[in-house]
Amino acid sequence: MLAGIARELIGLFVDDGMLALAIIAVIVIAAIVASLIPGATAGVVLLAGSLFALLANVLAVQR
Amino acid sequence: MTWATFAPAVSAAFLGSLVEAIEALTIVLAVATVRGWRPAGLGAAAGLASLALVVAALGPLLDRVPLHLLQLVIGVLLLLFGMRWLRKAILRAAGVIPLHDEAAAFAAGTAELREHRSRLDWLAGLASFKAVLLEGLEVVFIVIAVGAGRGLLLPASAGALGACALVAGAGFVLHRPLARVPENALKLAVGVMLSAFGVFWTGEGLGVAWPGADLAIVGFAALFLLVAALGAVAVRRPLEVAA
Repeated sequence: MLAGIARELIGLFVDDGMLALAIIAVIVIAAIVASLIPGATAGVVLLAGSLFALLANVLAVQR
Repeated sequence: MTWATFAPAVSAAFLGSLVEAIEALTIVLAVATVRGWRPAGLGAAAGLASLALVVAALGPLLDRVPLHLLQLVIGVLLLLFGMRWLRKAILRAAGVIPLHDEAAAFAAGTAELREHRSRLDWLAGLASFKAVLLEGLEVVFIVIAVGAGRGLLLPASAGALGACALVAGAGFVLHRPLARVPENALKLAVGVMLSAFGVFWTGEGLGVAWPGADLAIVGFAALFLLVAALGAVAVRRPLEVAA
């Protein structure tokens, strides 16, 4: 039962592995940009990357 | 604190909790229908007690975590959680995956419980316990995620409790699942808000200076809504024409 609950807890955050991976990749890139360029550039990377990851993932379902 | 942070946080907590409470209610009602209110109520009460323990144990820890780290962790989890909801809502709106049907979930739940008629009532109570605990954990996460970063835990908790009380009251009066609630539209709205909060908190955690400060959340939500609409239109399955 505990394993089942743990599985469902992970499932709260990860449903489609590719989407989760893409989000993590975007966050890592944004973190690198933030450490190199202060200001809002990392924010633009984070926002645009998240929107792109969502759209690309949804469009990939169609194919 | 501005309305741009306050209103989305409370409404996200309210709407998100509404969805989770409806899902938990469906299972508790299924248990009550097949096994009676005693195991359903005991299971639900045990689930609520476990949730209270989790909140009591983890709540004080939140104050000890450095703010930037808290914002980053919550932001990342919110992005994963919110975009998961958003993706599912887009695919449901487009007709790629079927809509979540509380009536069907209720029928499936009661059928499964009837199959185990010879088993003890505690199995039915366990189903009720698990539903309340898991859906409740989602509610707790949403409240912490939208409220912890800006001292909005109390208003967010009030929004969540209001939603849970509303659903419990409706379920108690109607004695059937709340199948007419537009669950996918709610999930889409909450997915948009949680994703917007996720981008905001992750950015704050990384030290990003957002233009417009809290007001940026509203802009992010608008962009996520736009992308969701575009995605739903792009992958929409053509309606099958009856012969």
